[in-house]
Amino acid sequence: MTTAPEILGTLHNLKTIAVAELDAVTDADGIEAWRITYLGRKEGRITMIMKGMAVLDTESKRTVGAMANDVKALLESQLEARIEEMKSAQFNQASVAGRVDVTLPGRRPALGRLHPITQTLREITSAFGTMGFQIVEGPEVETDHYNFEMLNIPKDHPARDMFDTLWLDHTNADGEQDMLLRTHTSPMQARVMEVTKPPVRVVVPGRVYRYEATDATHEWHFAQVEGLAVDQGITFANLKGTLYEFARLIFGPERRVRFRCDFFPFVEPGVDMSIDCFNCDGAGNVKGSNDMCRICRGSGWIEIMGAGMVHPRVLEMSNIDPSVYTGFAFGVGVERIAMLKHGIDDIRYFYGNDARFLRQF
Amino acid sequence: MKVPLSWLKAYVDVNVPVDELAHRLTMAGVESGGVEQLGGWNDTYVGHVLAVEQHPNADRLRLCTVDIGAEQLQVVCGAPNVAVDQNIAFAKVGARMFDTHSGKTEALKPAKIRGVVSEGMICSVLELGLGEEHDGILVLPDDAPLGSLLSDYLGDAVLDLEVTANRPDCLSVLGVAREVAAFQGNRITEPDVSYPEDGEPIALLATVEVADPEYCKRYTASLITGITIGPSPQWMQDRLNRAGQRPINNIVDVTNYVMLEYGQPLHAFDFDKVKDRKVIVRQAAPNEEHTTLDGIERKLQPPMMVIADPDGVIGLAGVMGGGNTEVTEATTTILLESASWHPFNTRRTGDALKLRSEASQRFEKGWRPELSPLGLRRATKLMLDVAGGTAAKGIIDIYPGQQDVAKVTLTLNRLERVLGITVPLEEVTKTLTTLGFDCKAVGDDAVETTVPAWRADITIEEDLVEEIARVIGYDRIPTTMLSTPIPLSQPDPARELKEEIRDLLAAAGLQEVVNYSMVSGQAIEVTKGTAAEGAKEPELLRAANPMSPEHEYLRTTLKPGLLKTLANNQRHDNVPQWYFEVGREYLFYGEGLPIEPEVAAGIMAGPGALSTWGAEETATGFYDAKGVLESVLERLNVVASYESTDDSFYYPGRSAVVTANGQQIAQLGEVHPTVLEHFDVRAERAVYFEIDLAALLTALPDVGRRFRGPSVYPGALRDLALTASVDVPAAKVQTIIEQHPLVARATLFDVYIGSQVDDGVRSLAYRVFLQAQDRTLTAEEVTKAMERTLARLEKELGATQRQQG
Repeated sequence: MTTAPEILGTLHNLKTIAVAELDAVTDADGIEAWRITYLGRKEGRITMIMKGMAVLDTESKRTVGAMANDVKALLESQLEARIEEMKSAQFNQASVAGRVDVTLPGRRPALGRLHPITQTLREITSAFGTMGFQIVEGPEVETDHYNFEMLNIPKDHPARDMFDTLWLDHTNADGEQDMLLRTHTSPMQARVMEVTKPPVRVVVPGRVYRYEATDATHEWHFAQVEGLAVDQGITFANLKGTLYEFARLIFGPERRVRFRCDFFPFVEPGVDMSIDCFNCDGAGNVKGSNDMCRICRGSGWIEIMGAGMVHPRVLEMSNIDPSVYTGFAFGVGVERIAMLKHGIDDIRYFYGNDARFLRQF
Repeated sequence: MKVPLSWLKAYVDVNVPVDELAHRLTMAGVESGGVEQLGGWNDTYVGHVLAVEQHPNADRLRLCTVDIGAEQLQVVCGAPNVAVDQNIAFAKVGARMFDTHSGKTEALKPAKIRGVVSEGMICSVLELGLGEEHDGILVLPDDAPLGSLLSDYLGDAVLDLEVTANRPDCLSVLGVAREVAAFQGNRITEPDVSYPEDGEPIALLATVEVADPEYCKRYTASLITGITIGPSPQWMQDRLNRAGQRPINNIVDVTNYVMLEYGQPLHAFDFDKVKDRKVIVRQAAPNEEHTTLDGIERKLQPPMMVIADPDGVIGLAGVMGGGNTEVTEATTTILLESASWHPFNTRRTGDALKLRSEASQRFEKGWRPELSPLGLRRATKLMLDVAGGTAAKGIIDIYPGQQDVAKVTLTLNRLERVLGITVPLEEVTKTLTTLGFDCKAVGDDAVETTVPAWRADITIEEDLVEEIARVIGYDRIPTTMLSTPIPLSQPDPARELKEEIRDLLAAAGLQEVVNYSMVSGQAIEVTKGTAAEGAKEPELLRAANPMSPEHEYLRTTLKPGLLKTLANNQRHDNVPQWYFEVGREYLFYGEGLPIEPEVAAGIMAGPGALSTWGAEETATGFYDAKGVLESVLERLNVVASYESTDDSFYYPGRSAVVTANGQQIAQLGEVHPTVLEHFDVRAERAVYFEIDLAALLTALPDVGRRFRGPSVYPGALRDLALTASVDVPAAKVQTIIEQHPLVARATLFDVYIGSQVDDGVRSLAYRVFLQAQDRTLTAEEVTKAMERTLARLEKELGATQRQQG
């Protein structure tokens, strides 16, 4: 017959041994075996001891039962702790073994990019977009009428020398060449004004052509963005405001801007807008030497666009009354802007399509 | 136009440094391309020779005492022409000089020559870098200012000005002087044009007949007898040299000098060579021949204007003189012409003969007839000064093109409406007056101006607005944002689609390129392929003056550019060669202007993905390009179908047309090997695709996407392995499977052709996901759906379930 003190003693020993054994277990199988040995519901040691209590009196049952429950709870919590401990040890071990070399190259999907001309065009049109200019586009193959005459450049006018023209080998009934590749985006001024009455506020991105030998700063075709604003009360001061804001958005607030008088037959007064040279900071010469800066050729300034107040003749020819309406127009060279922003020293890269160039943007 | 500062100063006081001058001119519209400094000597002065003695120890050397104002110095000199009382250029020790022995520019060192200390050097032209002469020292004029720095006296700066097409007046030193005077607020000094007219009346000596008054606006001439041809004086040669004009002889130099001074082109005829002393101004006869001064024989056509005598042409009006009346050493009588020619006719003549001269450049920009006699008198005076002789009394002046003086009125109101600032009337008047306009106030808010003859570019009020703006400076005009209403936004779906396509193709891994719009005729021919049935072929448009054979025709397709891009890049490295371009084709159908449809096209070759460690390498093929197209179209919500096509641009059996909404929107395929070969593409295969953006736009769904809630009920997955003839298009199989109402989607996961299946048969394996919107499917329903699908596949396509084993 087992007595209460004996059971209590057994429980006490059991607790000590079980805890020691649990500590010694090293794997999941051992844990399971230990659990069955001590906490197994049918034949576990605790269960067995509980079963043996049936012979005790009520008082002893209560004492021993309480202790047995305590021991059981203790072992259960130890078991849980031990499982956690082993999981975490295992994880630690696995994570050491499974370390990644964070410097190995990642596996990348093929990477496409937009051509720098597209990117720059978007920057330019969006800068003007913030000022309410909408985008329209027009034909590249043009007539003399729109490319020149509607822009106040009649036949045999010396200003035609400013636009070396690529004519197409096609003649009209009178034997005159009647198609050309537009020399600027300006023909769209007339085309827009013919169909849109003021207020007009548009930008025209597009490709233009010049019959010109190519070199580091000249291409025979390039991209341009034309701008046109016509309404009552538009002034030269507005032209300056618009173009200053454009320069600030594109080049940042620290670039200086210069407006000087220039001649284009379709504006009056005419403007040339320049920014100070990024290469020499407007000094005109290479820092610390007397060598001339090759980007601005010593002037300290780089022309980025021609502009001006729309010539009254141009308004008139498009049936807009110049005594009521005024307006301004501008034309900016896209490659030039991209070259300035990115320090590209040869315009021929843009249409050379060398992937090693394109991947840099 | 090169303008020497010293010459400019002859007409206007310049009170700013030359760099500032260049800047002001640039800002006012006459752009300076740079300032060239001449001279720049240091420690070199205008000196006076007080005494010349024999060197005690050397026969050929002299000992000179030189006064340079502040001090007297002793110098040893070997020049044979040194003499007492000469003004000379004296370089002190330390001055940097061209050393004739070493051939370098070096600083003068203190020296003892044959035992005598020499405190500097009396300089030759060569040592000063002013010329080649080294026979003796440079002797300066008597009025050279003693003791002043030589660079102040002899140095010069030359402004290189780029003159715009509207300002022929600035192709002259006087014109530039007027600009300078305008922004400095001072006035110019006009050159002297008076001379004695001691000869017989000109009408007795020469006759001039203007037979074509339309193209000759004015013809004036003077006559000088008894001239002596020789070199022109040094001062004139210096000015011409610095202005970039080579001196020739005194008569020719005067014509050039006055052209540069006034802008008026002139021509001197050797009058003894003019038949019957009679000049006729007329149009050339058809095919009339004439040898110009440059020795080239030219065939002339009406309405080119010529100067002729009764025997024939003696000069090409406004362009170039004739060889037969050229001034030579023996010339003694000069007929000097100063005329005004029709600008457009002069320009057409120059264009037709491919001959541009300093004279024609000025005439074609519109040279006013009022100015002709002024230049004539100035040149006659200078010829008498430098070549002697006697001027006939009076001048010949035939003036058929007389016109009223131009008057333009400027109102302050207009000025403000254009510029956005007010400028007081006094300032407006003062500014215009300094520019040479005669101003008359009209009320208190307008001024009526008489435009000076040299400003033919001023015709309307806005021209005067620009004059005010550029003289007061564009910087004075405020900078204000637009405040007028913004026009209503006009949607532009075509443009939006184009930009979206760019983004989608880049996102799919393709690099955008931009190619030239002109290509060679051969490139078009090679890439032509097979035209769609009934399609009208566009006419090729060729440049009249092509940049090169590579860029001769406007492209009718983007194919050549992309193939070239591929060829140019294939050698660089082992990355996917995936390129696209969004650009225009130029299609001309014989009427009006060509249409310029926009196309998104791509070429794909090379590895199928970026090569990476631990991944299998694949090569780009048809299905990569198709995948790109599919993903682009899916993003645009366009349902498209693909149909095999027969186009000789592509590899046989490996191309497709893409149709949506009943019309063709795209094509793609492997490029035919012979085409690849033509473009030197070394890749085994390259896949081309092309999306017609206008067609795609019409295929876009009319309404936006409608939301459909995802089913909350579980679905079931079934694999379906089929065998069917290789001729059964996979798309048909897929369609039949997905047409079952319970099939949510079917994904093809394997295609097999080989020993495990019969010849001519392939196996297609799909993973089919079945799901209902309103309930959980029972196993029975799923099985029934699969059975029904299989039955349809078998009946309609002859496909059967693949037997495992």
